Amino acid sequence: MSGAEPAPVPASSWLHDALVQSGRWVIDARRAVADVATWRPHLLPQMRKLGVDSVPVALFIAVFTGMVLALLSSYMFTRAIPLYFVGTLVTKAVMLELGPVLTGMALAGRVGANVAAELGTMRVTEQVDALETLAISPHAYLVTPRVLAATLMFPVVTALAITVGVVSGWLTAVNLLDLSTSEFLRGAQQFYKFKDIWFGLVKSASFGTAVATMGCFQGLQARGGAEGVGKATRYSVVLGCEAILVLDAFWALVLL
Amino acid sequence: MIRFERLGKSFGEHRVLEDFTLSIPEGQTTVLMGYSGTGKSVLLKHIVGLLEPDAGRVIVDELVVHELAYDELMELRARIGYVFQFAALFDSLNVADNVGMGLRRQGLDRDAITARVQECLRLVELEDAGERYPAELSGGMRKRVGIARAIALRPRYILYDEPTTGLDPVTTAAMNELMIRARRELGATSVVVTHDLASAFTVADRIAFLDQGRVRQAGTAQEIRATSDPLVREFLAGYLDRGNGGHA
Repeated sequence: MSGAEPAPVPASSWLHDALVQSGRWVIDARRAVADVATWRPHLLPQMRKLGVDSVPVALFIAVFTGMVLALLSSYMFTRAIPLYFVGTLVTKAVMLELGPVLTGMALAGRVGANVAAELGTMRVTEQVDALETLAISPHAYLVTPRVLAATLMFPVVTALAITVGVVSGWLTAVNLLDLSTSEFLRGAQQFYKFKDIWFGLVKSASFGTAVATMGCFQGLQARGGAEGVGKATRYSVVLGCEAILVLDAFWALVLL
Repeated sequence: MIRFERLGKSFGEHRVLEDFTLSIPEGQTTVLMGYSGTGKSVLLKHIVGLLEPDAGRVIVDELVVHELAYDELMELRARIGYVFQFAALFDSLNVADNVGMGLRRQGLDRDAITARVQECLRLVELEDAGERYPAELSGGMRKRVGIARAIALRPRYILYDEPTTGLDPVTTAAMNELMIRARRELGATSVVVTHDLASAFTVADRIAFLDQGRVRQAGTAQEIRATSDPLVREFLAGYLDRGNGGHA
């Protein structure tokens, strides 16, 4: 009979393939990290490209986040809570959550899309195959420097964004609300813990790892020309954002 | 020596190679010919381990390619030059860096790499193009850089995937001459996948005609010209009718 539907793939076969693929990636990753001579020359250029070049977009977001947080908290606290708590809310929210997550999301778009599109284009134009035929591991040459660069630079960009976000909140509070600098600082110091700083930076490092890994994985899986590259780029951004939210919840459960 | 032994490969439901057996003689140029989709490029990718067979095996220098450990496969790849259909040049690197790409891993110092790159670019008559980027090159020039990159490692084997497709007749003739020179000067065993019959009969010592994932006929260029196999004759018809040999 014509038009018979293909037999469904058994779940065990799918699971087996997924495990084999994951195992290969782990082995490739270990081998690639050990191949220092191949990835080291590309680390600094990637740190500049993925990190330094992302600073403007991260700071742009941080300026408005700090401003809106100050205005919103003042609106919520009216007559119920002393206004100097604006300083508490702005610094806590920016350091613990909004700085790392919003910066991560912005960089998931910028870095994830960039990495997936670049590697996807290399895949569909056989440049990745060419690397392999030259006995150069694509994981060492392409993946490792990007993942390391993102892991190292996301916290740096996030630290800058946190600083700018807090300064923006302070300037808004001083100029638009009835709050002095000393009151803002009093609020900021009231519940400050050193953990507030490193918690956000640890989170952002894990976001960098996830976003770059997702971009590299999707890019290297791209097939079928421009459409395949577009699909890889889209998946990279969507999955990168989802990974950030999952990791955010994970770190909150583990570290707070 | 390269040997395909009962090789089988499918992509999803589509069976590309089935029970494919062929030996590539040492020091000669073997052309793989056949209609589109008969698995010619897939064969080349098996030789360098870019694809793994579903059945059978590929043996290069008495090594079963898909059974090699990672380091052994890397060593084998360093003995094989691969010229891609669309050159597959690294577009972020200039021509000289493209050609020298594989040499850094061989532990050569900077001067030795520069000298080797210049030597290879001279062989493909692009010695002044070292600083240019792939986007600034014509299709023919890109393919010549692809050849320079493949021969830079002084390989024992050179694999050409559709080396003359899309080129004008003059550039095609230059490419044919390059392939002959590369084989003569390096003594390399060459495998050429092509639809271009004029090019095939110019460079080939032996020709294998593929059909439905198997070897339909293999022999010297003269034997293929004189074939009585109707399918092969149909494929060659236009070429033979133009007075390039054959009986009909």
